[in-house]
Order: sequence, then C-alpha cells, then structure tokens
Amino acid sequence: MKMKIFSYPYIVWLAIFIVVPLFLVLFYAVTVVEGGSLKFTMENLKRFLDKNYLDVLWVSIKLALETTVITLILGYPVGMIIAKEKPSKRNTMILLFVIPMWMNFLLRTYAWLTLLGKNGIVNSIVTLLGFKPLNLLYNDGAVLLGMVYNFLPFMVLPIYSVLVKIDNNLIEAAEDLGANKYQIFAKVTFPLSIPGIITGITMVFMPAVSTFVISRLLGGGQYMLIGNLIEQQFLWVGDWHFGSAISIIMMIFILITMAITSKFDVQKEGSSGLW
Amino acid sequence: MRKIKALVLIAIVASIAFSLVGCGEDKPVLNVYNWGDYIDPEVIEQFEEEYNVKVNYDTFATNEDMYVTIAKGGTSYDVAFPSDYMIERMIAEGLLEKINKDNIPNMKYIDEEFLDLDFDQNNEYSVPYMWGTVGILYNKKYVKENVDSWDILWNDEYKGQILMLDSQRDSIGVALKKLGYSLNTRNLDELEKAKEELIKQKPLVYAYVGDEVKELMVGEEAALAVVWSGDAVAMIRENENLAYAIPKEGTNIWFDNMVIPKNAQNKELAEEFINFMNRPEIAAKNAEYIGYSTPNTAARELLPDELKNSHVGYPSKEEIENTEIFLDLKDALTLYDKIWLEIKSHR
Amino acid sequence: MVKRVLKKLYIFLMFLFLYAPIIVLIVFSFNDSRSRGTWKGFTLKWYAELFTNSEILSALYYTILIAILASVISTIVGTFAAIGIHGMSGYKKKAVLNLNYLPVLNPDIVTAVSLMTLFKFFRLEFGFVTLLLSHITFCIPYVILSVLPKLRQMNKHLPEAAMDLGATPFYALRKVVIPEIKPGIVSGALIAFTLSIDDFVISFFNKGVGVTNLSITIYSMARRGINPVINALSALMFVSLLILLLIINKRDQKNLNPKKKGEAI
Repeated sequence: MKMKIFSYPYIVWLAIFIVVPLFLVLFYAVTVVEGGSLKFTMENLKRFLDKNYLDVLWVSIKLALETTVITLILGYPVGMIIAKEKPSKRNTMILLFVIPMWMNFLLRTYAWLTLLGKNGIVNSIVTLLGFKPLNLLYNDGAVLLGMVYNFLPFMVLPIYSVLVKIDNNLIEAAEDLGANKYQIFAKVTFPLSIPGIITGITMVFMPAVSTFVISRLLGGGQYMLIGNLIEQQFLWVGDWHFGSAISIIMMIFILITMAITSKFDVQKEGSSGLW
Repeated sequence: MRKIKALVLIAIVASIAFSLVGCGEDKPVLNVYNWGDYIDPEVIEQFEEEYNVKVNYDTFATNEDMYVTIAKGGTSYDVAFPSDYMIERMIAEGLLEKINKDNIPNMKYIDEEFLDLDFDQNNEYSVPYMWGTVGILYNKKYVKENVDSWDILWNDEYKGQILMLDSQRDSIGVALKKLGYSLNTRNLDELEKAKEELIKQKPLVYAYVGDEVKELMVGEEAALAVVWSGDAVAMIRENENLAYAIPKEGTNIWFDNMVIPKNAQNKELAEEFINFMNRPEIAAKNAEYIGYSTPNTAARELLPDELKNSHVGYPSKEEIENTEIFLDLKDALTLYDKIWLEIKSHR
Repeated sequence: MVKRVLKKLYIFLMFLFLYAPIIVLIVFSFNDSRSRGTWKGFTLKWYAELFTNSEILSALYYTILIAILASVISTIVGTFAAIGIHGMSGYKKKAVLNLNYLPVLNPDIVTAVSLMTLFKFFRLEFGFVTLLLSHITFCIPYVILSVLPKLRQMNKHLPEAAMDLGATPFYALRKVVIPEIKPGIVSGALIAFTLSIDDFVISFFNKGVGVTNLSITIYSMARRGINPVINALSALMFVSLLILLLIINKRDQKNLNPKKKGEAI
C-alpha cells in the first residue's frame, strides 16, 4: 500500500537526529585518547565488568521493574474506570490526570519531602491521630513511591486510549454467549488491551532504568543508579568515553529485557514494539 | 478543541512576551552566565538602565554544567561566575580572557586576603564575587555539647540525625580533613582511609542531600548537617535554634569569581560590568539579597549589623586558618569518582 | 453498588495521590518564608515579585512556546510516521522501530550530549532552533509509541473499504483512519507536551544564549534553594490550566451530549 511513504520524511529525520548521534556514542565508547590521538579499544566496555558497576546496573533494573509492575497494577484499573465514563467526563478526567505532570518535576518531588518528612504533613496527621511518627522518607519505599508517582500517567494514557475504543459489540456478543464479567475481562477486554499495555510498559520501564533524580532526592543519595553513574562520567569526571560505554551496555540490557517482554504479545500480526 | 486551547495560550503568552521583550534591539548586549538566583534582580535592571544596554541572563546549576556549555563552543558569554577549581581548569585549557585591571578600578575595595590565590595567581583572569566556608550546622535543642570538630559527625549518639552533602569532593573532603589530610590529596592510601571513614559513618547518616538540607534543618528533621556558610546564614535566620561552627581540623574555603570567557563578544562591556559589581553599594546589595559573604570590604561596611558582624558569614582570621581551597584534580578525578562509587554502593 | 463506591474511592485516592504535592506547592506559595521547612504566615509577596522578575517570565515564555511548537510538530510528523511504519513489514520495520525508541531508552544526558555533539559537528550556533530541534527529536518517538497501538487496533479493511467506495487515499486517511486513531494522537500530543515542558538536561545542553526554559531556571536554583516565586508561578499556571479545562469541559458537554429531539447518538 502507499501508506508507507508517509514514513519516509521521518526516516530521514531518524537518520540525522537519532542514528548519527548513536554512532557518535558508539564511537566514543570504543575509543580512548592516548597520547593526543584516538585509538580503538574495548577497554571502556571491559572497565564496566567490575562488581561495583554491575551491581549498580542490577539495582537500577530491579527498581525499574518494580516501578513498572506497580504502575501497571495501579494504572490499569484507572484506565478502565475512566474509559467507561461518558465521553465528555472521561476527556476531562484524563486531562486532569495529566495536568500534574505539567508542573515542574523537581518542584513536585520537593513537595514530597514536605509531605513525607519526620515533621511533614503526613506525619502531622498521623501524630494527631495519636500514633508514632512513621519513617516515610529516605528509604526504598519513598523512592518507589516517587517513581510510581512520576510514571503513572505514562502507563495510564496508552492503556486508556486503547480501552476506550474496544468495540462494544464484542463485549455484547460475549455477554450473549453467556460469559460473566470476569470471563469477559479475561478473554475479551484484557487481550484486546495488550497493545496499550506493551506501550505503557515501554514508556515506563525504559526511562525508569535511567532515572536517578528521584532516587537522589527521595532516597537521600543512598542509591547509586546507572543514570547517576553515566551523568557523573559525562559531567563530573569528563570521561565521555567511559560514559558512552556504560550507555551502550545499558542499552543492550534493556533491549534484551524488552525483547523478552514482547514475547507476551499475543497478536502475531507484526510488531508494535521492539523486535 | 486542542487548537483553540493552544491558540489561547499562545495569545496570552505572546502578549506577556511582547510587553517584556520590547523594541529597540539595537542596544549593546551583555551575556551573563551565573548560578541560579545568585544576584539581586534589581542590580541587573540598574546596570541596564545606567549603561543603556540589554543583559541576557542565563543560569546554571553546577560548575560542571557551566564548563560543558562554555567548552563546547557555539555560545558567547561575556561574563561567567565559576568557582575556584573550575577557574583553574579553564585557565589551563585557554578558555578565559585576561582581564585588564585598569578597567576595573573598583577592585581596590576587595580584601587583599582574597586576591592572588592559588587558582588564579595575580588575578589575571578573575575577580572575586562571593566566598564562604563549609562547616557544621547544628540544632542547639538536640546537640548540647560544644561543636568544634568533624568527629561529632561520627558520634553514635546522633545516629539517623546526620546529614551529609551529596557531593563527592565535599564529603570526601570532610573525611580527609577529619584524618588530617589535605582535601586536594591524590595519595591513594589517604583516600582509601577516607573511604573507610565514610563507610563507617554510613549507618549514622540520615541522608546525603543537596539544597534540601535547608528545608530539613529549618524543619528540625535532623540534628547535624554539613553546609555552606551562606546557606547557614539563611537557615539561622529562619530558625534560631540553629548554629554554625567551623571545625578545628580545618575545612574548605571556596570562592566564586567573575571571569570573561574566550569567545566573549563584548569584552569592554564585560569589564564595565565587573567594575560595576564591585561598587560598594552594588556589592552590598547582592550580598544582602543572597546572604553569602562578599570579599568587598567597603561593601561589607554597608551591610546591616546582623550580617556583617556574624561570625558565620565573616569568620575571624583564626577560624579560617586551617582552610583549604579546592584545586583542580585533573586526572585524579577518576580516582575520587571510583572511591565515591564504592562508598555509595556499599550496603 | 459496593462496586460503584469502591471504584469511586479508588479513583479518588489516585487523584489525591497525584495532587497532594501540587496542593503542597500551592499552599507554600503563600508562605512568608523562603524555606519549606516552616510556615511563617500568609503573604502575597511572591506573587507580586513574580510579575517584576523578567528572568522567570522570559523562561516561561520560551517554555510554553517550545512546548507548543514541539508537541504540535512532533504530533504531526509522528502520526504520519506511525501510519507509514504500520504499512511497513519485515526487518525494515523492526529496524526503524528499534531506532525510533532510542531517545526513549537513553538517559537524558546521553541524548543531550549526543545531540550537542551533532550540532557542534555541523558547526551550528546554539540557539532557539537547536533547542526546538532537540525537543522534537525526543517527542516524536513517544507520539509514535502512542499512535501505533491504535493503528493495530483499527480494522485494516476500513480504509480499503473507503477507497473501494471511491475515496481517494488522502480522503480515506482524513475521514477514516485519523478519527479511528484519534485517542492515540491526542495522548501522544499530551505526552509530548508534558515531556517538553519539563525537560532540563536536553534543553540545557542544546540551547543558546538568552534562550532558557523554566526547568533550567528551576534546576539552576538547586544550589541556593528554590525561590518561592517559582511556587507562585506554578500555582498560577496550575489554576489557569484548571480554568481552561473547565471551560473546555462545558463546551464539550454541549457538543458530545446533544439533547435535541430525534437525534441518534
């Protein structure tokens, strides 16, 4: 069909703004400055195979996985509930859901400090009710909360937009054939929403692996994540070569993880995601 | 629907913008690059009016960010405000213009103690703007003893009540000073010992923080914190229970100076600006707004008593005897980075 | 009935979770203290200061301008790209898709630095244009990500049927395909706008003198502490967005729920 010509302008854009920079990163990753000139080497990549660095990668991926799972569990019902409202109401609701994200991210994260602190707002309520103050900040829970908070709309939006257009006739047909509410969900709604879920997972997991500001602010700097590591290399140490090498390694790991996820994509008609 | 929303927004914003930008773009332009919120906005306005120029004011968050922006080329800032070690690096890499001191007569107001320092001998490239120290901020309600040594941050009694800075050089520097070493050391042995100290301290630390330290200490969420003197002044203002001390083992003394980057387009105007900033009234205005310490003695005289007599902002010569300025670590950066990683990822 | 209440409660809790920090922000914009650690009394001084602070207003202007331009352009390009990609198959499709996801995958600093190196390589002067180009670069993949699932969901025979009935491909596109995938386009545009408004690292390294955005202004205050004027600005932005939303909602209610007699919905 003639449809694919529509993609040509973008492919040109891709080539310039994504592929070329990618090659630049690759170039940095496999070179090293020796005696004033560049030399090709695998040294940068090998440097990463140190227990400390691998630990950092593992912690980052683990946190991203936890965040993705929780946003999926919390976000799917939200998408479903909003999708079932009448059109004007659900448009408003979904916009209301997204608007908080337009407030600056740093400010919102700082606001969590005020909420979760020992003398913070939540604890003020807790002590008013007569309980002992809770330790809500600078621990794993706080970081996870901050991550979920940040990424929830990115999970809800794609799921919602797919659920909204599920053909009602399919649901009615299933009802006519005697299915109860749970069977309809399991056999009709959920499978049809999988493209949205995969998009949601993509939009949450991948950026989550490289996010580190949240863990720095809400985790009290006790975490060293891969995003942190990369930024330190580029900005603090000034070693763009090692920084690029770490980025390449991280990219590979994530692509592998995403490949595994898309195996769950039941619809075989071509891909909407990776691989 | 979306289009209308967008159009309305554009209309509103455009009208605000036009009332700001104004016409008359044929005025000379000065491009300034400074830390965020590090100048009294009225000072810029005054400069613009007096010299009939337009000032483009851009901000950065860290020295390293500023360095990348200037080093990458393709931009032309006339005045920038880096810190000591960064100035040393920029001079070594040929990124700065020499300053013609004849054009900056107001430099005479600057305290000699703060001129001709290691990172820029003879002040060929930079003019001091603000300075300060690093010290211990403590809450007198929770800390009854005398605070005069870094050791107190390793005291079990304050477990979970200690805040450290989430900054490699500052935190490693504290440990180095505690052990009696230089905070510019490249000695692997000394650094390993500092690392051990910091790892020992980890269970006692509530968090490694950035500027949130202000909110936390003012809100009394911790008893002790490592802070910069300028921030201490601001915090004590908000909460009288707080006090600041410079440990006897010594600490870091830091300087933010004004420089002229190599690709500046308007060098003369830049020097006018630097001279203007050193007028006693102007320097005093900035010092009062920011709360940090000015190296300009005439300006210090003009400050309100509570600021100029504060030993926090203006410690005595004895108090700053053991202080060191950060030097550019150059290739030792990788070493410090590795040490910091090991400290942070220790679980 | 219990189910209805549970659903309402759940949604309420989710919204509370989302809005709690915003409420804190707004409340503290009236705090007569620079620190968020204490409450020192009610004041409007930060709001007054806001309107005389040309640095912040200029940042606001550029932030919104770039966000609108970037999201509009990336939505248009991204939608067409998605339609095109949907029509592709095989290894070419996989390659294009995987490359497309790189800006999503990479940490901001890598995208920022690689774009910066690219611009440097072509000896471009950094300024408004480089800033806009970098924003568009990281927005388009998200648009494509949002639109593709809708394309997959769409019955592929629909456009064919339209063309069989005599529509030109372009007409089929306009009147059949686009309405089908509209929720995906809208959510893609929303995500693009959200990302652009909040971006710091990529903007910081790819902008020029005199052009700045709110994120950069805010992050630059990290060393000194955030000036509460920013809180005032955020509160105002939020309230104006809410009002805008309510106005649009009222309009939509009339459009989407017509009460005319004899009208089939």
